[in-house]
Amino acid sequence: MRRSPLLWISAAAVFAFLYIPLIVVVVFSFNDSKLNAGWVGFTFKWYSILVNDKAMMDAALNSLFIAFTASFLATLLGTMAGIAMYRYKTRILPFMTLTPLAMPEILLGVSLLLFFISVLGTESLSLLTVIIAHTTFCIGFVAIIVRARLIGMDESIFEAARDLGATPWQTFRLITFPLIMPAIIAGLLMSFTLSIDDFVITFFTAGVGVPTLPLTIYTMIKIAVTPEVNALSTLMMLLTLGMIIIASKVAPGFLEETEHRGEDQ
Amino acid sequence: MSQSNSSRIRGERLVKYSVITPPFLFLLTFFLVPALIMVVASFRYPGEFGGLAPLFRGEDGVGGVTLENYKLFFSSTNYAWIFLRSFGVAALTTVICLFMAYPVALLVARSPKKSRDLLVLLCVLPFASNFLVRVYAWMIIFQPFDLMHSRLAVIIGMVYVHLPFMILPLYTNLEKHDPTLLDAAQDLGANAWHRFWRVTFPMSIPGIFSGALLVFIPVLGMFAIPEILGGKNDWLVGNMIKDAFLGSRDWPFGSMLSMVMTIAVLAAVGLATALAKKGVPRA
Repeated sequence: MRRSPLLWISAAAVFAFLYIPLIVVVVFSFNDSKLNAGWVGFTFKWYSILVNDKAMMDAALNSLFIAFTASFLATLLGTMAGIAMYRYKTRILPFMTLTPLAMPEILLGVSLLLFFISVLGTESLSLLTVIIAHTTFCIGFVAIIVRARLIGMDESIFEAARDLGATPWQTFRLITFPLIMPAIIAGLLMSFTLSIDDFVITFFTAGVGVPTLPLTIYTMIKIAVTPEVNALSTLMMLLTLGMIIIASKVAPGFLEETEHRGEDQ
Repeated sequence: MSQSNSSRIRGERLVKYSVITPPFLFLLTFFLVPALIMVVASFRYPGEFGGLAPLFRGEDGVGGVTLENYKLFFSSTNYAWIFLRSFGVAALTTVICLFMAYPVALLVARSPKKSRDLLVLLCVLPFASNFLVRVYAWMIIFQPFDLMHSRLAVIIGMVYVHLPFMILPLYTNLEKHDPTLLDAAQDLGANAWHRFWRVTFPMSIPGIFSGALLVFIPVLGMFAIPEILGGKNDWLVGNMIKDAFLGSRDWPFGSMLSMVMTIAVLAAVGLATALAKKGVPRA
């Protein structure tokens, strides 16, 4: 394969650009200084402050609860949408499923804000509205992954099942479902990471009473940067790293399926 | 026999509707209806204390529908200017991302199959950390250089956050290229530059366009990066929309801006699709 030194050097420079900022954050999270400037000494202080910060732990719990619920709902609905888009000729469903992915997030955020407040009332913004909002944008990702998996399969399996007298439900339970299982798991993990990381849509649908981790980081870096942010960021990196490792172990096709996402849009 | 057949058809239909209905109803309620509410809101008057005035004009003469919001947009060059700036920032970010993503995507695509997965993982790993964390990382770096609250800081932040969106589609495209084409080009006397510019690059155009859309669209709507890394002069449409909804609470104005942004995005998608179709060489 042709890989010239120029290619190596420029790619290495881009990798450095990608990693240096994150390394800086991790290093400063162990720095015994209130300022993010210059190395003073090693400490775990910021982590212990973080763990004992009740507001922070509440935000973490909110984030986890939202991510679990929204990713479960999105996987359920997204799997249905993916199957429906593959099997039936519906125009409206692909439109409704895929458009939220192709639009800037802020548009979905403000339209849901308008909807919740004008239909459900000013006080309606809560955990529930965030869960609904996250489910709405995660459905599309699950649907794309599930549909991609179905497209890659030999359709004659389903015909064979039908010819052998399987009812539609039996065909689904015994053939379709086991075959699309890796895609469902990939979709679930993807929704979970998207939900726990989401800032923009949460920002508009959470109101004041529901702090999540990204909202907390936003407030901290806008108002008062303390090294606690470094510690929190490092822990969040570890969490997503863990998710990716689990994903690649449980569903080996995870990476490929998410890569192809770009082409589907 | 015919009875089992009709019950089968009934069964199939039952399956069809039980698969379509739940996602349909959910997205109808939480995507389509909110979108329509926003379209209508862009033609309404703002309420006295923020929010919306009644849709139908009451006895007190308050409410009703109007083109006022759209007129306001065109009444001053300010708004057009911010839109133009947003397009400029989005276009610049896209181009820089393309230049940075290309060597990486090419290197990964031309690596032995074994190490490819690991290299792809290395590309998406930084992307896995929260985007605010990534923005924050640059705050630490910018401070000593006195770059905070500058246009340059905004662009670097935008590029950093969106780079993987360009790398992945490009890589997916480049990975499919047949390496023997390059051998053929070499046999026919093409040098390294010609092999790239006449063979690899034209074939990668679809990948470039899908990457460009994945970068351009989110940048257009971004409000957090200009807000955190930029100054007041770096505000983009996203900041105006956010401010209209949560700051000044002029919802009709915010809805109008969102409508204009939607149209801009659709135009960008249409243009890119048309260009991509035109630009793809017949292979």
